[in-house]
Amino acid sequence: MKLLLVDDEEKFVSRLAERLALRGFDAAWATTADEALAKVGAEKYDIAVLDVKMPSMSGIDLKNRIAQITPGIKFIFITGHGSEQDYDTVCREAVCCIIKPFKIEALVEIIEQALNT
Amino acid sequence: MILINRLTSIADHFKPRFWNAGTSETQGQILFNYRKFWFSSITLRSLVSLVPIAILFMFTYVLENKAIRNENHLHTIRLTSNTRRALTYFFEERLDALKFIVQEEKFESLNNHESLSYILRNLQRGFGGIIDLGVINASGIQTNYAGPFDLKNKDYRNQKWFIGCARNGSYLSDVFLGYRNMPHMIIALKRATPKGSFYILRATLDIKKFVQILSSLELSEKSEAFLCNREGLLQTPSKYYGGLLNKIDWPVPEYSKHTQVLEAVDRSGNPVLIGYAYIENSPYILMLVKRNEVIMQGWYTLRKEINWIFGISVFVTLIVVLGISTFMVNKIYDADQTRLKAMERLEGSSRLISIGRLAAGVAHEINNPLAVIGENAGLIDDMFNLKKEYKDDHQLKELISAVLESVERCGEITRQLLEFARHFEPKIQPLQIGKIISSVLSFLGKEAAYRNIQIHIDIPDDFPVVDSDHGSLQQIFLNLINNAFQAMDKGGRLEIRAEKHAKGSVSISIADNGCGISEEDRQKIFEPFFTTKGLKGGTGLGLSITYGLVRKLRGEISVQSRVGTGTTFTVTLPIKHGGDVKDETLAG
Repeated sequence: MKLLLVDDEEKFVSRLAERLALRGFDAAWATTADEALAKVGAEKYDIAVLDVKMPSMSGIDLKNRIAQITPGIKFIFITGHGSEQDYDTVCREAVCCIIKPFKIEALVEIIEQALNT
Repeated sequence: MILINRLTSIADHFKPRFWNAGTSETQGQILFNYRKFWFSSITLRSLVSLVPIAILFMFTYVLENKAIRNENHLHTIRLTSNTRRALTYFFEERLDALKFIVQEEKFESLNNHESLSYILRNLQRGFGGIIDLGVINASGIQTNYAGPFDLKNKDYRNQKWFIGCARNGSYLSDVFLGYRNMPHMIIALKRATPKGSFYILRATLDIKKFVQILSSLELSEKSEAFLCNREGLLQTPSKYYGGLLNKIDWPVPEYSKHTQVLEAVDRSGNPVLIGYAYIENSPYILMLVKRNEVIMQGWYTLRKEINWIFGISVFVTLIVVLGISTFMVNKIYDADQTRLKAMERLEGSSRLISIGRLAAGVAHEINNPLAVIGENAGLIDDMFNLKKEYKDDHQLKELISAVLESVERCGEITRQLLEFARHFEPKIQPLQIGKIISSVLSFLGKEAAYRNIQIHIDIPDDFPVVDSDHGSLQQIFLNLINNAFQAMDKGGRLEIRAEKHAKGSVSISIADNGCGISEEDRQKIFEPFFTTKGLKGGTGLGLSITYGLVRKLRGEISVQSRVGTGTTFTVTLPIKHGGDVKDETLAG
C-alpha cells in the first residue's frame, strides 16, 4: 500500500509524509506535477493526495494524467479554498475533498475509508 | 391656529412629491434642486405664454378705447350740428316773418292796436312761439303793443337791443328780464319811414320753444343740450348746471364757424364731453354736454368683458403651466428616484460581493501557511508522542498543543469566511433556517458576549426545510440581527422565533428590547440612505438591501415597533420557491 502526496508547499508536504510514515503509511511526496508524474511512472501507488491549486498544472489535470498511467488509483483532494463550483466538481472527481488546515486524524480516516472501498 | 393647521394640511395634500426632496436632513445628498427647477420652469413658461396675451390685451384696450372715444366725438358733433341747423332755421323763420310783416303792412296799420293784435294772432297761429309784438319809434318809445303785458309807451331808448337794432337793422337778443321782469328774448327789425326817420318792429319769442327743440333731441339720461350766450350765461334751463342766466362751469369756448368738441371738467369734478356750435347771427352758443361716465358706459362694459376674458386666460394659462411643470418635475423626480434606488442596490450588493471575494481570497491565502504551521507543529507533536526523550517534557508538549489549537481555531475562522463568501452566488436549494441563523450568530457571538446580550432562539422541531438562497438569507439575518444589536444597550435580549404558517409559508421574527423606532421613521425605514445612526456611520443601506433581498426571495418583511420598548422585524418566506431567483443586481 503506497501513498503519493503532491503539494507545491514543500514544508507542508514533506512533514505530512513524515507524519503519515510515523503512522505506518508508505508515503512518497512531490512538489510539482512533473515530479509527481515521474514518480507515478516509476512506481505503482494506491492513493494520490493532490492539492487542487498548483502552479503549471491544476490538481484536476494532474489527476487525469495519473489516472491514465495508473488505472484504479484513488484520489483525495486537499485545498486551501474552493469556490462552490470548484469544490463541487473536485469532490465529484475524488473520493473526498478536505480543506486545509486539517487534522492528521481526519486524513488518516479518509485514507482508510478509501482503501476499504 | 386650527385654521393654519388645516391650511397646512390642505397644502400638504397638494404638495408635489419632489417638494421635500433633498431638504430633509436624513437624506444625505442633494442630487438636484427640484424646487428651483420647478420655479424656473413655471416662471419661464408663464412669461412665454402670458407676455403675448398681455400685449394683445393691451392693444385691444387702447384700440377699443380710441374707437369708442372717436365714435362719441363724431356722434356729438353730428347731433350738435343738426340741432344748430334746426335752431338757425327757427330764428331765420321768425325774422323772415317779421320782414314780411314790415314789408307788407303799412306803418299806419302797424301803429293801430287792433290790426297789430290781428297780426299777432295770425303769427301765433302760423308759427307759434311768439308772445307779443310791439312797434317802437325812433326815439325809443313803444308806440303800439299787442300782447299779454302792458308795455305801451315804455321807453327803450337805452336798451341794448334798441341801440343794436337801430345800428344794424335787425337784432336777435339773448335772454333777459326787461320791464316785464321775466326771462324772454326778442327779435327786432328796423324799418325806415319815407320821412327819413325809422321805426322798429319787435317780437318777443317764447323760450319754451327752444327748450322744446332742445328737449326733442334724443339724449341719454345724463346728457343734455342747452343754449348759452357769449358771456357763458345759460339761456335755457339746465338739469345739472343751474337755471336760466346761471354761469356755466367751464370757460366759454372760442368762436368757431364749425361745430367743435371739447373735453372739460364740470363743477362737481365730472369729466364731460361738450359739443358746441355758435349759432350764426345770434348771441347763442348751442352746447351739448355728455357726462363722461355716460359716454364711457359702453367702454366700461367692454372693458369689464376684456378684463374678464384676460383674467380667465391668465388663470387657465397659469393652471396649465403649473400642471405641466409639476407633472414634468414629478416625472424627473420619479425617474431619478428609481435610478437612485437601482444604483444604490447595485452598489450595495456588488460591494458585498467584492467583500465576499476578498474574504475568500484572504482565507485561501491564509489556509496554506496555516496548513504548513499545522503539519510542522503536528510533526513535533508526533515526535513528542513517539520518541522517549521528549515524553516527559510537559511544558514543551503544552506549548505545541497551544500552537495546534490556534491553528485549528484559525482554520475554523477561515472556513466560516469561505462559507460566508461562497453563498453570494444565489442558488435556490433546500435549507435549514436554524443552521443559517446559527452560522450568522457565530459571527456575532463575540459581540453579544462582550455586550452581555442574551440571545434566545426558538425554532420548533418540525420546522420545515425551506427552498431559498443561502447567501441571501444569511445576509438578511445578519443585517437584522446587527440592527437589533445596535438598537440595544448592554444587557439586551434578542429573541429569534420561527413559525410555520398554514399557507405554505414560514416566518422568522427577530425581536429586540432596544430603543425602538418612531412612527415617522418606521415609514421610511426601508428607503435607501435612510439612517438614524447619523454621525455614527450608518450608510442607510442595510435595511434597504435586506428589503430587496427578501422581495427577491418572494417574501415579505414587516416591522412593529414601540419607542422605548423594542422592535420586531418579521420576515415571511414561501416554503416552496418555485422557480429561479431573478436577479440582475447580484449577477455582476
